[in-house]
Amino acid sequence: MALEERDPITGYMTTGHEWNGIKELNTPVPRIVYVFLILNTTIGLIYWLLMPALPLGTTYTKGLLGYDERAAVHRDLTSAAAARAPWHDALDRQDFSALAADDKAMKDIREAGRLLFGQNCAACHGVEAKGNAGFPNLAAGALNWGDSPEAIQETIRVGVNSAHPDTRTAQMPAFGQDGILSRNDVMAVISYVHDLSISGITASGLAHPDGAKVFSAQCSACHGADARGNSDLGAPNLTDTTWLYGGDLATIFETVWYGRQGRMPTWESRLGARNVKLLAAYIADLRKRRP
Amino acid sequence: MFKLHYRLERRAIGMTLGIIAAASIGGFVEIAPLFTIHQTVEAAPDMRVYTPLELAGRNIYIREGCYACHSQMIRTLRDEVERYGHYSLAVESKYDHPMLWGSKRTGPDIARLGGKYSDEWHVRHLLNPRDVVPVSIMPAYGWLMENDLRTDDLSDQLTAQRVVGVPYTPDMIRNAADDAYGQANPDSSRAKGVKTRYGEETNIRSFAGAPGRLTEMDALVAYLQILGHLTDAASRDTVAKDLE
Repeated sequence: MALEERDPITGYMTTGHEWNGIKELNTPVPRIVYVFLILNTTIGLIYWLLMPALPLGTTYTKGLLGYDERAAVHRDLTSAAAARAPWHDALDRQDFSALAADDKAMKDIREAGRLLFGQNCAACHGVEAKGNAGFPNLAAGALNWGDSPEAIQETIRVGVNSAHPDTRTAQMPAFGQDGILSRNDVMAVISYVHDLSISGITASGLAHPDGAKVFSAQCSACHGADARGNSDLGAPNLTDTTWLYGGDLATIFETVWYGRQGRMPTWESRLGARNVKLLAAYIADLRKRRP
Repeated sequence: MFKLHYRLERRAIGMTLGIIAAASIGGFVEIAPLFTIHQTVEAAPDMRVYTPLELAGRNIYIREGCYACHSQMIRTLRDEVERYGHYSLAVESKYDHPMLWGSKRTGPDIARLGGKYSDEWHVRHLLNPRDVVPVSIMPAYGWLMENDLRTDDLSDQLTAQRVVGVPYTPDMIRNAADDAYGQANPDSSRAKGVKTRYGEETNIRSFAGAPGRLTEMDALVAYLQILGHLTDAASRDTVAKDLE
């Protein structure tokens, strides 16, 4: 081993080795690196002391601060609930008509309702609650299961054809597919139904007497003799311009031939009673403001 | 300052022992928490396993790369708990091999998606997301409806899960293919055994709305509809009450 020597240009020592006349500097690590190393180690040690860190066989060190993520989110939710308490109380205490008159509470309900609606209902009913084929428009028009706030609340709570024990249940039979009606009868009744909302029940009956006959024999049990529907059965009014699946002849044919059984999930267990009421109040308000 | 290190570097045995000691810290940090796993994973006696159809759906979920945009892990943060529901518990992914927690959300978290939307919505959404959510950037998965589900390997899938600790019984493994068909065809003779083997809570219905067939759509929707419903552990927990 050659002797270590000081490099005249940099002033640092060499390693003492020599490879074919080339010597290597033994440059020391810059002081700042030591500073950072010591600083980081110290911070790490302090963190170990303060926070949950080290496993100890069957348990772990809980840390001096006693921080726990679950406790933290619990605290956050509690303080959030406290901040909402004023309008939560207003929501719990009042029925829908009193609530609608309570401008102060309604302001908060509109804001919270819009968020809740966007996170849960908008996937089917749309952000503006205007619906989509198969998913009703909630902002305007008649609702199959009734449009009072109480009826809306119940629909949200139990759902339609859902897994809830009290679910609202309705089925439009497959009149064509299951052979309940002949093809001619189906064709007659769809023309009649198609014209109900355009020319009215009397004119449509005159134009399609066969269809009117089939309707009163097969359809009126649920949709009513006047075709105005029955919200207790979830049977839509066929004389208005609100169509869940579509009011053109092809879609009406599909509905009558193959039947329909729309589904809405139950929200009772997912959202809780208060949020269900909140959504009902929100939708009722939405309908009122955008008739 | 590094006098000790200079000396250590010159002794092969000492240096080797030093390297082993330093490297084993990493191993210790990874292995030691496993000894406290009973503290981390909550007890959930009602925890049930995925049915063969749901497991097949899970495999499709992995195959199509859904996990790249959807996480299945609700974190302990107020905004997540208020949006998605109770934060995820360790026990809820007890039978997830591999786990699909994910850390990237281009789409929403789906840890508690089960039961939130109807089967019809899921089918329409998978066929063309823009049909139901106009602003969605999710790709369409039309072939799920066209492809018949492969069931001949389901018994092997269950066996593999059993090897890594999922308590599938020999009876479940033997009947995997029949149970997969039966779960999506409630009127068929093969539907009878499903509830006996997997419990009364099992969803048995035509998920894709194409009775008489068993498509990949049935499997994926069956899987999506069970997410968050393998156990009620979360709804028994205290945070559920905070949200009320």
